[in-house]
Amino acid sequence: MIMKARVTVTLKTDVLDPQGKAIHGALATLGFEGVDSVRQGKLIELELDETDRDEAKRKVEAMCEKLLANTVIENYAIDLSN
Amino acid sequence: MIPNETPITPELVAEHGLKPDEYQRILDLIGREPTVTELGIFSAMWNEHCSYKSSKIWLKTLPTKGPQVVCGPGENAGIVDIGDGQVCVFKMESHNHPSFIEPYQGAATGVGGILRDVFTMGARPVAAMNALRFGDPEHPRTRHLVRGVVAGIGGYGNSFGVPTVGGEVEFHESYNGNILVNAFAAGIADKDAIFYAKATGVGKPIVYLGSKTGRDGIHGATMASAEFGEDAEEKRPTVQVGDPFSEKLLLEACLELMAADAVIAIQDMGAAGLTCSAVEMGAKGDLGVTLDLEHVPCREDAMSAYEMMLSESQERMLMVLKPEREDVARAIFEKWGLDFAVVGETTDTRRFLIRQHGGVMADLPIKELGDEAPEYDRPFMRTDPPAPLAASDVPQPDDYNDALLKIVGAPNMCSRRWVWEQYDHLVMGNTIQRPGGDAAVIRVDEDKLKGLAFCVDVTPRYCRADPFEGGKQAVAEVWRNLTAVGAEPLAITDNLNFGNPERPDIMGQFVGCIEGIGEACRQLDFPVVSGNVSLYNETNGEAILPTPAIAGVGLLTDIDRAATIQFKTGGETLVLIGGQGTHLGQSTYLRECLDREDGAPPPVDLERERANGDFVRQAIRSGTVTACHDMSDGGLAVTLAEMAMAGGIGAVIDMAISPDLHARLFGEDQGRYVISVAAENSDDMLADAARNGIAAEVIGETGGPALRIGSVISVSVETLRHAHESWFPGYMATPD
Amino acid sequence: MKSAIVLFPGTNRERDMAATLKRVTGKAPEIVWHGETRLPEVDLIVLPGGFSYGDYLRCGAIAANSPIMPDVIARANAGTFVLGVCNGFQMLTETGLLPGALMRNANLQFVCRDVHLKVENTQTPFTSAYEPGQVIRVPVAHGDGNYFADEKTLDALEDSGRVVLRYCDEKGALTQTANPNGSQRNIAGILNEAGNVLGLMPHPEDMTDARLGGTDGLGLFESIAAAA
Repeated sequence: MIMKARVTVTLKTDVLDPQGKAIHGALATLGFEGVDSVRQGKLIELELDETDRDEAKRKVEAMCEKLLANTVIENYAIDLSN
Repeated sequence: MIPNETPITPELVAEHGLKPDEYQRILDLIGREPTVTELGIFSAMWNEHCSYKSSKIWLKTLPTKGPQVVCGPGENAGIVDIGDGQVCVFKMESHNHPSFIEPYQGAATGVGGILRDVFTMGARPVAAMNALRFGDPEHPRTRHLVRGVVAGIGGYGNSFGVPTVGGEVEFHESYNGNILVNAFAAGIADKDAIFYAKATGVGKPIVYLGSKTGRDGIHGATMASAEFGEDAEEKRPTVQVGDPFSEKLLLEACLELMAADAVIAIQDMGAAGLTCSAVEMGAKGDLGVTLDLEHVPCREDAMSAYEMMLSESQERMLMVLKPEREDVARAIFEKWGLDFAVVGETTDTRRFLIRQHGGVMADLPIKELGDEAPEYDRPFMRTDPPAPLAASDVPQPDDYNDALLKIVGAPNMCSRRWVWEQYDHLVMGNTIQRPGGDAAVIRVDEDKLKGLAFCVDVTPRYCRADPFEGGKQAVAEVWRNLTAVGAEPLAITDNLNFGNPERPDIMGQFVGCIEGIGEACRQLDFPVVSGNVSLYNETNGEAILPTPAIAGVGLLTDIDRAATIQFKTGGETLVLIGGQGTHLGQSTYLRECLDREDGAPPPVDLERERANGDFVRQAIRSGTVTACHDMSDGGLAVTLAEMAMAGGIGAVIDMAISPDLHARLFGEDQGRYVISVAAENSDDMLADAARNGIAAEVIGETGGPALRIGSVISVSVETLRHAHESWFPGYMATPD
Repeated sequence: MKSAIVLFPGTNRERDMAATLKRVTGKAPEIVWHGETRLPEVDLIVLPGGFSYGDYLRCGAIAANSPIMPDVIARANAGTFVLGVCNGFQMLTETGLLPGALMRNANLQFVCRDVHLKVENTQTPFTSAYEPGQVIRVPVAHGDGNYFADEKTLDALEDSGRVVLRYCDEKGALTQTANPNGSQRNIAGILNEAGNVLGLMPHPEDMTDARLGGTDGLGLFESIAAAA
């Protein structure tokens, strides 16, 4: 049984995001109006050999804390699916 | 999947870029209809890129030998002797089309490919350069392409850890639909530890090294065909993605492997990776090669033989291994976390045999795949050289200050700092002269005074006006740039970028340039040791300017006796070597100030070129020259301005008003230099020049905050710098 | 002084560092593979520049979790000098030996050029050979050198004299144009609380030889050699 985890890593709101800023500028240049802000993050997809949802979540959380995110500047969110 | 039984139709043959007579040649050669895998292999081996079928008969006319040459064209890279049992291994190669499609990855994988060419031969890469040409700055795609290509070159080279020390960036509307990305790399190896592609010995294991194989870059035309079933979406050709991290590991692992005495032959996988590398190793060694594809490490499921043989996945090598060293070799690759798989063996059959799942996917004569490739003597029509343009037929500028500022600030003449500051030009800790001078200089190693100089050059508008003189000029300018830092020019690599060779006028440009290059190489004892040809650079019948980019390598025996362009202090005497300017045809002045590209380019007198250069080099090596700059685009005024800007010191130049003043200041006559010497040494210098029959004259002296030339130019160094440094960052500040 | 350079897959400035250490100390440093679990007995551990693991995920993040790192941390906590340059600085923040993080340069471009640095604190084992407030010139070469920490952390760093190096112009003014990457408060290099771990983005090891453009970086290595 394989469980899929999608980890979304984003910069914390008080951290300047130069890439998001550049995208925001580019969108404005292209004429896309009404975009209030842009934040760029990353998506990490994992396939886990795990059946227990809570156990999977616990594992992925540990991975995030240890490696996948830098909690000094980043937040993470975990989305699990079978 | 593309099954091996896919029927061969005339359309399929055409989509593989094979002409009907070429296909007939295949039928005659193998006596039956080829499988689709075989068709793919032929198309890869017989295309222009691999076979040089349009250019080979002309390339053979180039001089490739000399006492300094250890290995000329035909291997992964050329090799020259640099003394002390060491060699320099170098080559330049184009990645034009992929960079136009996807600039970051196209340029990055171009850098990756050329680095592999160098370390495949056992050399650690020590320097990289690039020659880039983009369309009109105002063209809507240009900015995006510049940004992507520069970032891609930096992204790969910086991570890999090779200093990118020089290059060229130019704009011209003829490149609007076909940009040029030519990447150069040089490495250093011990002369007795060079590795070649030629396999020896029967029954020796063939080993696959590096990253896994995916469906990257497989033949666009073929893959777009609907004949391969409904799931075409998944098979769309993908852009090759570079992985500099894997390449760095591959470098370290390969060099360890070579030091471990495990390698018989080694070849990197470039275009049509597995096919070209395996055929070349077998054909060069007069051997056969058998590959069992189920052992090839794959990144994707269910890859067919066709796909594996044509994949252009990056960071891969093929090697013939000394069987008794297999365990040692495997351990090295495992340590670096790279794939190591025995995928076949050498045979005595001279057949290229591809097996998969017990079936034969291809069985072809190996020599004929390479040696019997079609070779064309294409019809050509020479370019009529235009009549020389008399200076008296060119108007003088209303204001010389404005003209000079306009030229030093023009897109093709301004500072390239925005570009080269994105390249790590210092890593490895040996960069003696950074980008921005005549040539980059690195030291060979920390405890030696020996250095290597590198530069790349060509003036395409000269080549278009007069291919022969333009070809000569490109070689001469490279020779001159190396000389201007005090180096002895050793050899060149050429990257010949042209339009469609099936057009006689384009073929005429090609032939003219090759003849000019050959002539200059012979006269200057400056042989061609490696190179690359890129044809069909045209869109809607509009070809690029003929662009034979030439990169040269020079040797310095003492890096403490190298010259740089910047003025060092005030009160030094400025000496012009090679005479006053007279020639304005095809000049930068014409182009930038009068919006004209006409007349004949400046002719190159190779005898004088050599005499002047030998004199300057000797003067630099004697220690009397405090600064030196060769004269090229923009002539004397721009040369002086560049020396002043680099040093932050002005100069005062004597120059009388005359009807040909504009030719004296902006003329691009060849074989000339400006040097500075301490005032007390100037008489000796002039006497020495006179004894050697060299035209030398004092034109002024350094000093002050401004460049003053006669009564017509007076502009502060700060103003010059502002003009020179503004255009590029300003242009790139606008979003794509 | 005995030193060791830790080599990670993708490290590429170990040669520059080794040459400088040899020139200053007379002894070649030991090169230690990241897969080892114990360092030799040395006075200085260097985490060099480069692109460990291709800078994939985050610069320095994967290296910070390599087998050698627990021993680097243990030695640092025991007082051994640790110098992290560029990618090494990124690793030090990822391990938590130094506070803050290095983010993408504000203009999103890799930058390789000489910068000027103001030596803000000379009472450290890494900077004692410099004069207080001295302006030195050394190169940077990075894409992710934009130092970030929260205000409290920044204030704490400043109050304890742990901001050792700042980007400045050639006269020593802390201007925004002199800041090559957008670092907060022009921070180029910081010290840990105990004063034995320094992380900095610029490359002093590439400015220790007049032939390569200057010797302003030498002082840093001479300081360590004197303290060891």
